[in-house]
Amino acid sequence: MTIACKHVWEHISEYLDHQLDPLLLREIERHLENCEACSAILDSTRNVLILTADDRTFELPVGYSERLHARLRAIIQGPEPTPTNTKS
Amino acid sequence: MPIQSTTPTDEPALIRRILAGETQLFYDLIRPYEKMVYVTIYAMVRNEQEAEDGAQETLVNAFRHLASFRGESKFSTWLVTIAMNEGRRRLRKSKTAAEDPLEDSADDHDGDFTPAFLTDWREIPSEALEKKEIREKLRATVQTLPPIYREVLILRDLEELNQEETAAALGIPVTTVKVRLHRARMMLQKLLVPYLKESRPARKGFFGRMSP
Repeated sequence: MTIACKHVWEHISEYLDHQLDPLLLREIERHLENCEACSAILDSTRNVLILTADDRTFELPVGYSERLHARLRAIIQGPEPTPTNTKS
Repeated sequence: MPIQSTTPTDEPALIRRILAGETQLFYDLIRPYEKMVYVTIYAMVRNEQEAEDGAQETLVNAFRHLASFRGESKFSTWLVTIAMNEGRRRLRKSKTAAEDPLEDSADDHDGDFTPAFLTDWREIPSEALEKKEIREKLRATVQTLPPIYREVLILRDLEELNQEETAAALGIPVTTVKVRLHRARMMLQKLLVPYLKESRPARKGFFGRMSP
Protein backbone atom coordinates (compact mmCIF):
# COMPACT_ATOMS: atom_id res chain seq x y z
CA MET A 1 0.00 0.00 0.00
CA THR A 2 1.36 3.38 -0.95
CA ILE A 3 0.40 6.73 0.41
CA ALA A 4 0.20 9.97 -1.53
CA CYS A 5 2.68 12.83 -1.14
CA LYS A 6 -0.04 15.11 0.16
CA HIS A 7 -0.77 12.64 2.92
CA VAL A 8 2.89 12.68 3.92
CA TRP A 9 2.94 16.49 4.11
CA GLU A 10 0.03 16.42 6.51
CA HIS A 11 2.15 14.49 8.96
CA ILE A 12 5.51 16.24 8.67
CA SER A 13 5.09 18.09 11.93
CA GLU A 14 4.17 14.97 13.87
CA TYR A 15 6.97 13.12 12.16
CA LEU A 16 9.48 15.73 13.35
CA ASP A 17 8.04 15.55 16.86
CA HIS A 18 8.16 11.74 16.88
CA GLN A 19 4.44 11.55 17.46
CA LEU A 20 3.35 9.23 14.69
CA ASP A 21 1.93 5.87 15.51
CA PRO A 22 4.21 3.05 14.41
CA LEU A 23 2.05 1.89 11.53
CA LEU A 24 1.78 5.31 9.89
CA LEU A 25 5.42 5.99 10.63
CA ARG A 26 6.42 2.90 8.71
CA GLU A 27 4.27 3.89 5.73
CA ILE A 28 5.68 7.36 5.69
CA GLU A 29 9.24 6.16 5.96
CA ARG A 30 8.67 3.80 3.10
CA HIS A 31 7.29 6.69 1.05
CA LEU A 32 10.24 8.91 1.97
CA GLU A 33 12.72 6.32 0.82
CA ASN A 34 11.26 6.47 -2.65
CA CYS A 35 10.21 10.08 -2.92
CA GLU A 36 12.94 12.63 -3.36
CA ALA A 37 10.51 15.57 -3.24
CA CYS A 38 8.94 14.59 0.08
CA SER A 39 12.21 13.79 1.75
CA ALA A 40 13.56 17.18 0.62
CA ILE A 41 10.51 18.89 2.08
CA LEU A 42 11.02 17.05 5.32
CA ASP A 43 14.72 17.91 5.50
CA SER A 44 14.17 21.55 4.65
CA THR A 45 11.42 21.89 7.23
CA ARG A 46 13.72 20.39 9.82
CA ASN A 47 16.44 22.83 8.77
CA VAL A 48 14.09 25.78 9.09
CA LEU A 49 13.30 24.67 12.63
CA ILE A 50 16.99 24.31 13.47
CA LEU A 51 17.47 27.88 12.28
CA THR A 52 14.49 29.05 14.30
CA ALA A 53 15.77 27.49 17.50
CA ASP A 54 19.30 28.76 17.01
CA ASP A 55 20.33 31.20 19.71
CA ARG A 56 21.69 33.64 17.16
CA THR A 57 18.40 34.00 15.30
CA PHE A 58 16.72 35.94 18.05
CA GLU A 59 19.34 37.91 19.91
CA LEU A 60 19.09 40.13 22.93
CA PRO A 61 19.84 43.83 22.55
CA VAL A 62 23.18 44.89 24.03
CA GLY A 63 22.75 45.86 27.68
CA TYR A 64 19.34 44.21 27.99
CA SER A 65 20.16 42.30 31.14
CA GLU A 66 21.76 45.30 32.86
CA ARG A 67 18.75 47.50 32.15
CA LEU A 68 16.38 44.77 33.26
CA HIS A 69 18.21 44.27 36.53
CA ALA A 70 18.31 47.99 37.17
CA ARG A 71 14.55 48.17 36.72
CA LEU A 72 14.01 45.16 38.96
CA ARG A 73 16.32 46.51 41.61
CA ALA A 74 14.12 49.55 41.95
CA ILE A 75 11.10 47.31 42.50
CA ILE A 76 12.67 44.63 44.62
CA GLN A 77 14.37 47.02 47.00
CA GLY A 78 11.27 49.17 47.26
CA PRO A 79 10.67 52.66 45.98
CA GLU A 80 13.56 55.06 46.19
CA PRO A 81 12.91 57.74 48.80
CA THR A 82 11.58 60.74 46.94
CA PRO A 83 12.76 64.16 47.99
CA THR A 84 9.20 65.46 48.21
CA ASN A 85 8.12 62.73 50.57
CA THR A 86 10.06 63.31 53.73
CA LYS A 87 7.38 62.07 56.09
CA SER A 88 7.71 58.51 57.11
CA MET B 1 26.04 11.35 30.65
CA PRO B 2 22.42 12.22 31.28
CA ILE B 3 21.19 15.40 29.72
CA GLN B 4 21.01 18.14 32.28
CA SER B 5 17.69 19.78 32.84
CA THR B 6 17.63 23.36 31.63
CA THR B 7 16.63 24.37 35.12
CA PRO B 8 18.96 22.63 37.50
CA THR B 9 17.97 24.96 40.31
CA ASP B 10 15.27 23.91 42.70
CA GLU B 11 12.71 26.45 41.61
CA PRO B 12 9.98 25.71 44.16
CA ALA B 13 12.52 26.16 46.95
CA LEU B 14 13.83 29.37 45.42
CA ILE B 15 10.32 30.73 45.12
CA ARG B 16 9.52 29.89 48.74
CA ARG B 17 12.64 31.69 49.91
CA ILE B 18 11.88 34.75 47.76
CA LEU B 19 8.37 34.92 49.16
CA ALA B 20 9.78 34.54 52.67
CA GLY B 21 11.82 37.67 52.13
CA GLU B 22 15.03 36.71 50.34
CA THR B 23 14.02 38.88 47.42
CA GLN B 24 17.57 39.01 46.01
CA LEU B 25 17.10 35.41 44.88
CA PHE B 26 14.59 36.61 42.30
CA TYR B 27 17.50 37.37 39.96
CA ASP B 28 18.60 33.74 40.17
CA LEU B 29 15.09 32.52 39.58
CA ILE B 30 14.63 34.48 36.37
CA ARG B 31 18.14 34.27 34.97
CA PRO B 32 17.41 31.21 32.79
CA TYR B 33 14.31 32.93 31.36
CA GLU B 34 15.42 36.49 30.70
CA LYS B 35 15.95 35.77 27.04
CA MET B 36 12.82 33.68 26.68
CA VAL B 37 10.68 36.53 27.92
CA TYR B 38 12.25 39.03 25.55
CA VAL B 39 12.13 36.78 22.51
CA THR B 40 8.53 35.81 23.14
CA ILE B 41 7.45 39.42 23.19
CA TYR B 42 9.78 40.48 20.39
CA ALA B 43 8.38 37.85 18.05
CA MET B 44 4.93 39.25 18.74
CA VAL B 45 5.48 42.99 18.69
CA ARG B 46 8.34 43.12 16.14
CA ASN B 47 10.03 46.04 17.77
CA GLU B 48 13.12 45.91 19.97
CA GLN B 49 12.22 48.76 22.27
CA GLU B 50 8.65 47.54 22.77
CA ALA B 51 9.96 44.06 23.41
CA GLU B 52 12.47 45.24 25.97
CA ASP B 53 9.92 47.39 27.78
CA GLY B 54 7.49 44.48 27.68
CA ALA B 55 10.08 42.07 29.04
CA GLN B 56 10.82 44.40 31.94
CA GLU B 57 7.13 44.79 32.61
CA THR B 58 6.64 41.03 32.52
CA LEU B 59 9.38 40.35 35.04
CA VAL B 60 8.29 43.18 37.31
CA ASN B 61 4.78 41.71 37.25
CA ALA B 62 6.16 38.26 37.89
CA PHE B 63 7.93 39.57 40.99
CA ARG B 64 4.89 41.42 42.24
CA HIS B 65 2.56 38.48 41.71
CA LEU B 66 4.93 35.69 42.61
CA ALA B 67 2.74 34.73 45.55
CA SER B 68 -0.05 33.88 43.12
CA PHE B 69 2.13 31.27 41.40
CA ARG B 70 0.71 28.05 42.74
CA GLY B 71 3.19 25.65 41.34
CA GLU B 72 0.53 23.78 39.41
CA SER B 73 2.36 24.58 36.21
CA LYS B 74 6.06 25.04 35.71
CA PHE B 75 7.42 28.46 36.57
CA SER B 76 8.56 28.88 32.95
CA THR B 77 5.02 28.27 31.70
CA TRP B 78 3.60 30.75 34.16
CA LEU B 79 6.18 33.31 33.12
CA VAL B 80 5.64 32.82 29.41
CA THR B 81 1.91 33.25 29.93
CA ILE B 82 2.55 36.65 31.49
CA ALA B 83 4.91 37.49 28.62
CA MET B 84 2.31 36.47 26.03
CA ASN B 85 -0.32 38.62 27.69
CA GLU B 86 2.07 41.53 27.81
CA GLY B 87 2.89 41.03 24.14
CA ARG B 88 -0.79 40.94 23.22
CA ARG B 89 -1.50 44.02 25.27
CA ARG B 90 1.25 45.90 23.47
CA LEU B 91 0.07 44.67 20.09
CA ARG B 92 -3.43 45.90 20.77
CA LYS B 93 -2.01 49.26 21.75
CA SER B 94 0.22 49.60 18.73
CA LYS B 95 -0.82 50.90 15.37
CA THR B 96 0.28 47.73 13.62
CA ALA B 97 -2.51 45.90 15.41
CA ALA B 98 -4.87 47.12 12.71
CA GLU B 99 -3.12 45.14 10.04
CA ASP B 100 -2.44 42.20 12.30
CA PRO B 101 -5.77 41.24 13.82
CA LEU B 102 -5.46 39.30 17.05
CA GLU B 103 -8.82 37.79 16.45
CA ASP B 104 -7.53 35.81 13.54
CA SER B 105 -9.31 32.59 14.35
CA ALA B 106 -8.58 31.03 11.02
CA ASP B 107 -8.09 27.60 12.51
CA ASP B 108 -10.70 26.14 10.28
CA HIS B 109 -9.47 27.35 6.93
CA ASP B 110 -8.41 24.11 5.44
CA GLY B 111 -6.32 25.72 2.76
CA ASP B 112 -3.84 23.56 0.97
CA PHE B 113 -0.50 24.08 2.59
CA THR B 114 1.52 22.95 -0.32
CA PRO B 115 5.12 23.04 0.77
CA ALA B 116 7.93 24.62 -1.19
CA PHE B 117 9.65 22.13 -3.39
CA LEU B 118 13.35 21.97 -3.56
CA THR B 119 16.00 19.40 -3.58
CA ASP B 120 19.11 21.33 -2.75
CA TRP B 121 18.74 22.82 0.70
CA ARG B 122 18.90 19.76 2.77
CA GLU B 123 22.08 19.70 4.74
CA ILE B 124 22.29 20.87 8.32
CA PRO B 125 22.22 24.59 7.78
CA SER B 126 25.44 25.37 9.56
CA GLU B 127 26.67 27.61 6.80
CA ALA B 128 23.27 29.29 6.59
CA LEU B 129 23.45 30.03 10.30
CA GLU B 130 26.65 31.92 9.81
CA LYS B 131 24.89 34.38 7.55
CA LYS B 132 23.35 37.28 9.38
CA GLU B 133 20.94 38.11 6.57
CA ILE B 134 19.42 34.66 6.73
CA ARG B 135 18.73 35.04 10.42
CA GLU B 136 17.16 38.41 9.71
CA LYS B 137 15.03 36.90 6.97
CA LEU B 138 13.88 34.18 9.33
CA ARG B 139 12.97 36.67 12.04
CA ALA B 140 11.03 38.74 9.55
CA THR B 141 9.30 35.67 8.17
CA VAL B 142 8.25 34.38 11.59
CA GLN B 143 6.69 37.75 12.18
CA THR B 144 4.61 37.60 9.03
CA LEU B 145 2.75 34.52 10.26
CA PRO B 146 -0.79 35.14 11.49
CA PRO B 147 -0.70 35.59 15.30
CA ILE B 148 -2.39 32.33 16.23
CA TYR B 149 0.23 30.37 14.32
CA ARG B 150 3.10 32.58 15.33
CA GLU B 151 2.35 32.21 19.04
CA VAL B 152 2.40 28.43 18.89
CA LEU B 153 5.56 28.40 16.80
CA ILE B 154 7.33 30.74 19.22
CA LEU B 155 6.52 28.60 22.21
CA ARG B 156 7.16 25.23 20.63
CA ASP B 157 10.04 25.81 18.24
CA LEU B 158 11.74 28.84 19.71
CA GLU B 159 11.20 28.45 23.43
CA GLU B 160 10.98 24.70 23.05
CA LEU B 161 8.12 24.27 25.48
CA ASN B 162 6.36 20.94 25.14
CA GLN B 163 2.84 20.57 23.77
CA GLU B 164 1.18 20.55 27.16
CA GLU B 165 3.07 23.60 28.37
CA THR B 166 2.25 25.45 25.17
CA ALA B 167 -1.41 24.55 25.47
CA ALA B 168 -1.42 25.74 29.08
CA ALA B 169 0.37 29.00 28.27
CA LEU B 170 -2.06 29.82 25.46
CA GLY B 171 -5.17 28.41 27.08
CA ILE B 172 -5.97 26.19 24.11
CA PRO B 173 -6.32 22.41 23.76
CA VAL B 174 -3.28 20.29 22.90
CA THR B 175 -4.95 19.20 19.66
CA THR B 176 -5.19 22.83 18.61
CA VAL B 177 -1.52 23.32 19.43
CA LYS B 178 -0.67 20.43 17.11
CA VAL B 179 -2.80 21.70 14.24
CA ARG B 180 -1.52 25.26 14.50
CA LEU B 181 2.07 24.17 14.88
CA HIS B 182 1.89 22.04 11.79
CA ARG B 183 0.47 24.89 9.76
CA ALA B 184 2.97 27.36 11.18
CA ARG B 185 5.86 25.12 10.26
CA MET B 186 4.55 24.49 6.79
CA MET B 187 4.01 28.20 6.22
CA LEU B 188 7.52 28.92 7.40
CA GLN B 189 8.96 26.24 5.17
CA LYS B 190 7.07 27.58 2.20
CA LEU B 191 8.04 31.20 2.80
CA LEU B 192 11.62 30.63 3.75
CA VAL B 193 12.95 27.76 1.76
CA PRO B 194 12.87 29.42 -1.67
CA TYR B 195 14.82 32.29 -0.16
CA LEU B 196 17.36 30.03 1.47
CA LYS B 197 17.78 28.17 -1.72
CA GLU B 198 18.58 31.36 -3.61
CA SER B 199 20.85 32.81 -0.97
CA ARG B 200 22.79 29.66 -0.57
CA PRO B 201 26.37 30.03 -1.73
CA ALA B 202 27.10 28.28 -4.98
CA ARG B 203 27.99 24.73 -4.30
CA LYS B 204 31.51 23.74 -4.90
CA GLY B 205 30.24 20.33 -5.73
CA PHE B 206 31.13 17.10 -4.13
CA PHE B 207 34.44 16.70 -5.84
CA GLY B 208 35.27 20.36 -5.50
CA ARG B 209 35.07 20.00 -1.73
CA MET B 210 37.37 17.07 -1.76
CA SER B 211 40.09 18.83 -3.69
CA PRO B 212 42.88 20.54 -1.72
